[in-house]
Amino acid sequence: MSRLAPGHRGCPGCCDAMAANFVLEAAGDDIIVVSPTGCLEVMTTPYPESAWEVPWIHSLFENAASVAAGIESALKALGRKGNTKIIALAGDGATMDIGTLGLSGAFERGHDITYVCIDNEAYMNTGVQRSGGTPYGASTTTSPTGKESFGNRTQKKNMPAIMAAHGAPYVTTTSISYPKDMMRKVKKAVDIEGPCYIHAHAPCSTGWRFESSRTVEIGKLAVETALWPLYEIEYSEITGVKKIKNRKPVEDYLKAQGRFKHLFTKEGGEKEIAKIQDIADWNVKHYELE
Amino acid sequence: MTDNSMEKMSVVEGSYATAHAVKVCRPNVISAYPITPQTHIVEDLSQFIADGEIDNCEFITIESEFSALSALVGASAAGARTYSSTSSQGLELMHEVVFNVSGMRLPTVMTVVNRAVSAPISIWNDHQDSISQRDTGWIQLYAENSQEISDLTPLAYKVAEDKDVMLPAMVCMDGFILSHVFEPVILLEQDLTDEYLPPYRPEHFLDTKNPKTFGSFADPSVYTEFRYMQQMGMDIALKKIEEAAKEFTRIFGRDHGGLIDTYRADDADILLMAMGSVVGTIKDVIDEARSDGIKVGLLKIRSFRPFPVEIVRKTLADASVIVVLDKNISIGLNEGALCTEVKSCLYNTDINTPVIGFMLGHGGRDIPKGTIHNIINKGRHVAKSSIKVENEFVDLRGDLI
Repeated sequence: MSRLAPGHRGCPGCCDAMAANFVLEAAGDDIIVVSPTGCLEVMTTPYPESAWEVPWIHSLFENAASVAAGIESALKALGRKGNTKIIALAGDGATMDIGTLGLSGAFERGHDITYVCIDNEAYMNTGVQRSGGTPYGASTTTSPTGKESFGNRTQKKNMPAIMAAHGAPYVTTTSISYPKDMMRKVKKAVDIEGPCYIHAHAPCSTGWRFESSRTVEIGKLAVETALWPLYEIEYSEITGVKKIKNRKPVEDYLKAQGRFKHLFTKEGGEKEIAKIQDIADWNVKHYELE
Repeated sequence: MTDNSMEKMSVVEGSYATAHAVKVCRPNVISAYPITPQTHIVEDLSQFIADGEIDNCEFITIESEFSALSALVGASAAGARTYSSTSSQGLELMHEVVFNVSGMRLPTVMTVVNRAVSAPISIWNDHQDSISQRDTGWIQLYAENSQEISDLTPLAYKVAEDKDVMLPAMVCMDGFILSHVFEPVILLEQDLTDEYLPPYRPEHFLDTKNPKTFGSFADPSVYTEFRYMQQMGMDIALKKIEEAAKEFTRIFGRDHGGLIDTYRADDADILLMAMGSVVGTIKDVIDEARSDGIKVGLLKIRSFRPFPVEIVRKTLADASVIVVLDKNISIGLNEGALCTEVKSCLYNTDINTPVIGFMLGHGGRDIPKGTIHNIINKGRHVAKSSIKVENEFVDLRGDLI
């Protein structure tokens, strides 16, 4: 059972709460969790309350991996490591932007930690500003659509590829819309000795602007359109891919979200949608999704 | 010095004396990133690890100073005795974590090998780096020589880990002047250090059998009390540093003073104040000036944080002039940090002694004895008449300005 108590302050349909529940349920009780600054930290630990029924620590925005590495080293030095797993639960900004230095260092050194990036594709805690995880065309508060703008001008950073380049024993993508897939991968990661990286796609109803009852549905559409491919990499080699049957056009995913609405209402939007379709097509080819 | 202590001395580099002191304190996690002039300390510690000389210890050769201290947040919260060392830019890069460690009440100890701050880039010594961390909630201790940096290390752990203190501590040593100089030192004995410094047994730590939450966020209804309690810890540290220094003398037989030390200060008209290695030069100059009949003495600050206000007031009360030497500057105030503290602790008292400040030794500029003599002469003029210049740079090169 999950050790995240109810009564936290997450939004209805919150992706962070779902992700944390799946990780905790899969990883068991013998864990220590590290969270950087972000929604998950804020909504679960307003002093003196805490929703965490496992040992949990937050230090700063950009140092979750370094803190996790320090905990792992301490447990080893003190003879308390045993089967205890150290798990970082971090957002996309903390992982792909400000915290990349420490994350790369921890993986290069090979600490026995599992790092989960809960990727909701922008800085939600501060009000939906773009991050390195924001996809092409998404309107955020710092990449807004406007007279001369179709939203974010860059593609998502391919963070799993960067992590795989460290030669880590296990790097995988998953989605909170596929709990069984996610929990299987978390279980696999914590059972492996060494640094493992899980990149979980996590639709945020507040930031992406969709009905809070549709979190799971939106996440599934990302996978079914091939905009979020699910795969596993072991020691830099792809070892598993979730194939897509009856692939859907990217419009099905885009039109369900307010952050892409301008692509359907502004003149020239269809060209932008075509570029996003190209990204999905590239994923299909590169990861052999069909 | 007794014959016995002479026999126990070895001539070692200041960095080695520091690394050895860290070793006998039995750290569990060391996390450090190389930066001149700190490097020899972490190299010596790495060799100790490579030779299996530190039991139950992990050395993280980490990718940045920011992460070096961040890893110690996790390690200390997990219950480990932790150590790092850095200098200058490394300390500035750590700055955010420096605040965090203190706020989380984690008793990490870090040797700061003092070095000037860029720009212009300089690898040489002054105190601007550690002084810039003045308000972060760390205990700051300054060493005069290699023996003192060695002896302050277990003292720092003892005070930092005291359950009524629980604050991190910086032990500051002058880059190159102490870190790279070979001096005769009595290396700390393991058995005596074990007697002096008990194992770290924190009340709260990350424990899967007793889960606790560390690093919550605090809204305005509770934040203030966290700051207040850090100050309470510092207040208690004042007493604990004095006690720890006395116990050090009892066990090891050496006495460097407590929060402060003095040299020929009892009857001094002119009282110099300083921190760090320049104190050695000042003592020599005081001896020379005394032989010329000038009544000059020294108040050496060992603990800059917590700042020992009461004992400084008491020591300064009978002087005619107070002369403060600072290897740093608050740009925009044209004054060194120690001078500001001294003036601040005399205000609202009956003591109306003039205070003048001299900023010197920036970026490793040599401080010869003649410079100290000149400063003493300026102090004599102020004692006889009044303050003309309250704060000034020393030995400025007019050709470069």
